[in-house]
Amino acid sequence: MSEFKIHHRSGEGVSVIDLKGYLDAHTAPELENALQKLIEEKKFNIVVNCKDLSYISSAGLGVFMAYIEDVRKNRGDIKLTNMSPKVYNVFDLLGFPILYEIYKDEQDAIKKFQDARSVQS
Amino acid sequence: MTKKLSKTISSRTDNLLEVREFVMRAARDFGFSDEESSKIVLAVDEACTNVIKHAYQNAPDKKIQIDITSEHDTFQVSIIDDGKSFNPNTTKLPDLKQHLTHFRRGGLGVYLMRTLMDKVEYSYSPGKRNVVRLIKYLTPDKAAARS
Repeated sequence: MSEFKIHHRSGEGVSVIDLKGYLDAHTAPELENALQKLIEEKKFNIVVNCKDLSYISSAGLGVFMAYIEDVRKNRGDIKLTNMSPKVYNVFDLLGFPILYEIYKDEQDAIKKFQDARSVQS
Repeated sequence: MTKKLSKTISSRTDNLLEVREFVMRAARDFGFSDEESSKIVLAVDEACTNVIKHAYQNAPDKKIQIDITSEHDTFQVSIIDDGKSFNPNTTKLPDLKQHLTHFRRGGLGVYLMRTLMDKVEYSYSPGKRNVVRLIKYLTPDKAAARS
């Protein structure tokens, strides 16, 4: 059984990454590759759905930090959604809610991207 | 009565899952809630990850020993390696907001260890034996329930 899985979905101008299982120093490179690939494809509107994420350590949090600057420079964002209280707690301990948009539901994050786009156009 | 448990792993990140299960079981058995046990598990994961990345610089064939000693209200996890020394107690804790604003990845593990545990101690002899001790106390009511 794999301890970590990433699934990628593409919608209207927004890419959604689903995380499942345990995100630690061993599995963080998989997330790194997934984000790297989106950036190479110039997909900067990214939603990371953490519904099935059971565990995160600082190695996993570090991946979001590594890419957020690049993504925001390109007028995009990484928005995080559907966290369990346990996972949210770790983000919170490290002050992430100050710098990252965290939503209860994936649809809220997608809507935020769409609203921003309609303001720009 | 003092209870001791020990596990030795090779310095590879794919062993972190096994370490977490080992610590989770012991913390729950000692009387910690699931939430408190998860905090200890995360702190131990961070300590082992630091050893793999910094003390052993990702060499996969080194040993990490994890000793758990529990007695009365005290649960102590010692993470022992013989790699390069690294002292989290002299590492300056990051100003979290400034640290995050500059998107720096390092140092977060040490910050978490100290936030999640009641006490973090460190002793080392370079190249011979480095020990990080992570200590958490049971609340008095739970400690009384144990005795």
